[in-house]
Amino acid sequence: MRAAVAALVLVLVSLLPLAALAQGDPQVSAAQIVENNRAQIEKPSRQTIGPVISALAASGDPQAVDILTAWANRGLGLRKSDGAFVLMTETADGYALRLLDGTDAGTAARADITELRPNSGVRGVIANALVQFQLTDPDRARRASALTTIARDPAPELLEPLRASLEAETDPALRAQKDRLNRLLTLRFDPDPAARIAAIDSFSGDLGLDLRAALNPLLATTRRAAPQGTALEGNIARELDPGSDLTETEAYDLLVAANLAPARLTPAELKAALVANIVDGAVAGIPLAELNTQAARNRAYTALEVAGLVPIAATDEEVTQSVAAHRFFETYAEADASVTAAASSVLSGIEIKLGTMQMADLTLDALSLASIYFLAAIGLAITFGVMRVINMAHGEFIMMGAYTGYVVQLFIPNYTLSLVVALPLAFLVTFAAGVAMERLVIRHLYKRPLETLLATFGISIALQQLAKNIFGTQARPLTSPAWLDGALTFNDIVSISYIRVAIFVLALLFLMFFLWLMKRTRLGLEVRAVTQNPSMAASMGINPDRINMLTFGLGSGIAGIAGIAIGLFAKVTSELGNDYIVQSFMTVVVGGVGNIWGTLAGALMIGTLQKGIEWFNPSNTLAAQTYMILFIILFIQFRPRGIIALKGRAAGD
Amino acid sequence: MTRTFLARNPSVLIFLLILSLFTLGVTVLSEAYGIAFLSTSFIKTLGKTLCLCLAALAMDLIWGYAGILSLGHMAFFALGGYMIGMWLMYARTEGIVITALSNEALPATAQEIQNGIAAQIFGVVGASELPGVWLFAHSLPLQLALVVLVPGLLALAFGWLAFRSRVTGVYLSILTQAMTLALALYLFQNDSGLRGNNGLSGLQNIPGLDGVSQDRISVWFLWASAFALGMGYLLVAWVVSGKFGSVIRAIRDDEARVRFLGYSVEGYKLFVFTLTAIIAAIAGALYYPQAGIINPAELAPIASIYLAVWVAIGGRGRLYGAVIGAALVSLLSSWFTGGRAPSINLGFYTINWVDWWLILLGLSFVAVTLFAPKGIGGLFDLLQGLRSPDRKGAPLGPDDGALLEKEAKE
Amino acid sequence: MSIFKGALLASAIAMTAGQVIAQEDTIKVGVLHSLSGSMAISETTLKDVMLMLIEEQNAKGGVLGKKLEAVVVDPASDWPLFAEKARELMTVSNVDVMFGCWTSVSRKSVLPVIEELNGLLFYPVQYEGEESSKNVFYTGAAPNQQAIPATDYFLEELGVEKFALLGTDYVYPRTTNNILESYLKSKGIAESDIFVNYTPFGHSDWSKIVADVVALGADGKKVGVISTINGDANIGFYKELAAAGVSADDIPVVAFSVGEEELSGLDTSNLVGHLAAWNYFQSAESDLNSEWIAKWKAFAGENRVFNDPMEAHVIGFNLWVQAVEKAGTTDVDAVRSAMYGLETPNLTGGIAKMLPNHHLTKPVLIGEIRADGQFDIVSSTEPVPGDAWTDFLPESAVLEADWAELGCGMYNTETKTCVQIKSNY
Repeated sequence: MRAAVAALVLVLVSLLPLAALAQGDPQVSAAQIVENNRAQIEKPSRQTIGPVISALAASGDPQAVDILTAWANRGLGLRKSDGAFVLMTETADGYALRLLDGTDAGTAARADITELRPNSGVRGVIANALVQFQLTDPDRARRASALTTIARDPAPELLEPLRASLEAETDPALRAQKDRLNRLLTLRFDPDPAARIAAIDSFSGDLGLDLRAALNPLLATTRRAAPQGTALEGNIARELDPGSDLTETEAYDLLVAANLAPARLTPAELKAALVANIVDGAVAGIPLAELNTQAARNRAYTALEVAGLVPIAATDEEVTQSVAAHRFFETYAEADASVTAAASSVLSGIEIKLGTMQMADLTLDALSLASIYFLAAIGLAITFGVMRVINMAHGEFIMMGAYTGYVVQLFIPNYTLSLVVALPLAFLVTFAAGVAMERLVIRHLYKRPLETLLATFGISIALQQLAKNIFGTQARPLTSPAWLDGALTFNDIVSISYIRVAIFVLALLFLMFFLWLMKRTRLGLEVRAVTQNPSMAASMGINPDRINMLTFGLGSGIAGIAGIAIGLFAKVTSELGNDYIVQSFMTVVVGGVGNIWGTLAGALMIGTLQKGIEWFNPSNTLAAQTYMILFIILFIQFRPRGIIALKGRAAGD
Repeated sequence: MTRTFLARNPSVLIFLLILSLFTLGVTVLSEAYGIAFLSTSFIKTLGKTLCLCLAALAMDLIWGYAGILSLGHMAFFALGGYMIGMWLMYARTEGIVITALSNEALPATAQEIQNGIAAQIFGVVGASELPGVWLFAHSLPLQLALVVLVPGLLALAFGWLAFRSRVTGVYLSILTQAMTLALALYLFQNDSGLRGNNGLSGLQNIPGLDGVSQDRISVWFLWASAFALGMGYLLVAWVVSGKFGSVIRAIRDDEARVRFLGYSVEGYKLFVFTLTAIIAAIAGALYYPQAGIINPAELAPIASIYLAVWVAIGGRGRLYGAVIGAALVSLLSSWFTGGRAPSINLGFYTINWVDWWLILLGLSFVAVTLFAPKGIGGLFDLLQGLRSPDRKGAPLGPDDGALLEKEAKE
Repeated sequence: MSIFKGALLASAIAMTAGQVIAQEDTIKVGVLHSLSGSMAISETTLKDVMLMLIEEQNAKGGVLGKKLEAVVVDPASDWPLFAEKARELMTVSNVDVMFGCWTSVSRKSVLPVIEELNGLLFYPVQYEGEESSKNVFYTGAAPNQQAIPATDYFLEELGVEKFALLGTDYVYPRTTNNILESYLKSKGIAESDIFVNYTPFGHSDWSKIVADVVALGADGKKVGVISTINGDANIGFYKELAAAGVSADDIPVVAFSVGEEELSGLDTSNLVGHLAAWNYFQSAESDLNSEWIAKWKAFAGENRVFNDPMEAHVIGFNLWVQAVEKAGTTDVDAVRSAMYGLETPNLTGGIAKMLPNHHLTKPVLIGEIRADGQFDIVSSTEPVPGDAWTDFLPESAVLEADWAELGCGMYNTETKTCVQIKSNY
């Protein structure tokens, strides 16, 4: 593809009226070149702008670099009054202008200037042209950006300037980067095979994406066919055996594509041939009405073949014969066998390591998903797991937490500060909502769990609609602070975004908080007592009403904090809770009710399973969710009490 | 037997009478057969409502009588719709394809017709092969059998697994909910072969009835739905009236005791679960040709929860309660969300029912479960002068709201 | 119980009676957009646009000397309800034309009803094509007016050699990706260089998919993402993209369903340079556009945005008014034949012309996301005629729609026969 573009550019060079701008002609200033190619520069296309940019870069005019840099950064414009090109610098109320030769041209209002906006393809071409000037620029940032450009779009002509700048580089980081790029470009573009092999071997054991991106094109193969008995041409990767390496149909298609065999007759062509030979309502003596099966049509065609009215089509036997009479093989795109051998040995050397790293990345993804499910389910583990109250509105508490975060951000624009305020506030808001719900509704339904389900579901749809009425159905932004941007990157394969790491840490914190609360505090003791036997607990001086209320509030409050976490990594909508409620319940049920470790195990299992299935079938994420739920249904049949089941009297019913 | 059964249950006769009067009345008011007072679209709404009533009846049997809160019965309802929808689409498309191919010079082969149908049905979702699940779609009798068989077998397999491992109570509810979610997600995939999110559409055009206007077809479907509801009511009433009915109510009230008495609790539950799944499927098969389109959103867990809510509002454990609940809530829903309900202007804020109806509905669930566990059906007790015994707040049993008044007095 | 049934009947009577009051001195325009449910967010603004257009037309004196009257119904994002409401509009309210629908499913749900009753619908949203109904005018983009030019831009301007087609699992992405796959193959892209993935509506866990896309670069080809991801799911996707540090210069993403509204749900500073393809951007610089935006803000409020489907309704409504004036009646068949060849200016410049296949000519604009959530238009084409049947799928390439000459929406040019008069649904 790239070669084709280069060829196209060459053709265009010869066609365009650029002869006047022959390279290095000192007479033509950069401003003149821009003016001569006005139409192209106003509406540039990556495919045709190349010669103009090269001409500018090669003009030797010191202004050219300025013009190109400005153009790429939307600093080049047209003055509407006279159509002159101007270099613009933004000021408070408009632009400060300079002409292309660098002379000052006063200021202008925004409306008086048409800003030129080259697309990113053109910007790439400009960046490539600027590399040779930037590689030795005293400004470190410019040198770094030149290196990014080379890495993004390695081209043979960049090798020389890069090598030339290598020695003078003083910054150690950039020096290392330049060295790596030098070797990457060498292995692809150096004319000397020995240098290339040395460069390839220097990368042994390296996992970089850029390395694989450089090596794999060398090893790209094409399938070809040749008659038996002839010598195979090209750098042969391997010979293919029809039947095992490729099917007979594929093999024959290769032959047809290489003009080594006639094409097979398709049913449509057969039909067309028959229609063309209808005589008196019959084809080859067979009445039309009988031609409503493929067998009859084949018979008619054979009859026509015999009569010589249609060309003879390849039969299955002939196909088999032609395939047997040819050899099939794959050739490398790279002609030099020693280079491909070195490349494939480096690539196969990292294969196992690569697989391990991919597995590690998948494990991180699974852990992250598990921590999200765990966070969403931990509140439920308290209300459902400890109190046995089915709270279908749990998802809406998560949503309330997320909206609290959104509202806080409306008032506090500093993202870090707003997060610090929003976390406790979300807890308070949902704690209050939970307590209110427990007092008003759930308290009356402790003996009727199925009806709790219905009543809380009613609350759930009411809350969801209320959120729609207040905030609208559109997703609202909940933006994470800048220090959570980006990703924790171990290498080119294993990385995880900081926001997911933060969620993971939050989930761990809550696990520890829960354990501390239940095992180490008075409240936890009372909660456990009330859960096991409310009347006995009451006679020991515990107020079960108060404990139930606090426990429920606590579970709801944690849901609110989970809402902020989920809103940060995904979105805040009124349906946010809906997306998590069924999964949360399943996490708790699969893990085993009444045990926080069970919930953790459930979340881990669901997360790992979902990522595992996604890995097997990467093109369909929906399938992963379906099979995950199916698996859970089956799992519960065999372990109805979950992974970690309470035993003995604590198990209750 | 039948006479004594009806004699013991006069409410069944009353119900059937009202249902036939209703059907007759609607027919007389219809555009096709009467004075054209009711629009065709409203007749379709009424016909669909009757199907929902039938599904609610099934829900009442499984929840109100057997005490199993299934949150997955709309899955069976939709599966019934899918099964009949496949035939409707296939047969309609077959007609179009055969007409189109008859213009060609050669008579079409069976394969060409098949390919044509597949391209027509699946062209919209970017495929052109007929998936395996459409194997029987060419035949109405086979596909009708599947309406009963597919949901029935699914319910049987699911129920067998669940009841055998003694999954009960809220666990079972969540499990049934997971089942319908899994099925919905599965059908959402294009690979499932049922056109993914697009579902099956154009179902109101009945193959072979091209010349008949929708005005007539809608009334025919209303009749069919009314007939199915009547038959379903008779069947369910008969099931709950005898010894079988006593056993399933006993299971609802105390499963362990029934098991200790020697009954096969799992067998009874499985039977009721499967039977109600089949009733729901038949209701669905009648519903979707009237709705015209079915897609996986119809299986979303929320649909099944609505079904439970209708029964709860109507009054669990009494059959007419389920019917009233389904009819009232679904009609009110369509009235409020249809934008016809007048907005209430409070001066500082205008209550727009499109926005506030769901909140009202949600709060009314809470109100019904808290204050009127008998639902609307409880009003009939008041009319008849029946009252719950005042037990000074002492609990009546695990599920007191669901008990029949007669039992509550004993 | 009988009391209840009585009440039910009474309410039924009340419901119907309310609708029967016919006012013959107005021309009724049905507006069939969801005002509640999941699609309300997108469709409510379209209803408002219709109300504004009708109000404006009435201020000009109406059409054929009669006032226009809007009949607004709410199909509540419920697909079966679309069919029911469409029937109600045509048989009970007796509307002369309808403007409505957003999702393909809702259109497919309405199709059998309007074809049965010979109604008229203007459908304003970009869609997957493969359809031309006698009773529908498609004022949104067909794939050759959005997807194909955007792919060309990727191939020619950005030099993308390897494609990731990411979509939400429903009909529009499925069909569009299908067309794109065969288009890319015709451009010499190997099948192994096309990665396809479908996710559910509202998907939020994108880490694995983004990692997969980044890993596509391992064979040294430039990777580009064509996104038909719908609605909310975009937010998680773009957040993950930003977190993974994928810049538009490394792996550009072009989206077909992301506009100014979707971007308002996230911080775009990390997404600068990614692309969207539409036929309209609010940031387009033209006098007509500024005039309409001003009108819209005066009607609906200062912070409301104007988007592509809204422009489609403006064009569709203008054409319908012209056609009614030309035909001198609101009769559907007369208006339909008067429609062909009518022209009205696009808001972004150029002329929209109604073609005999019921599609419009539309310019294709490609915009780069700016830090402020608006778009910089980096490419715009001359108006492209909409193609009902794509040229890039073998079974559709032979089909043609021409209601003016051939009177057929699915005409096989090989066998010279009309495959069917009614549409597939």
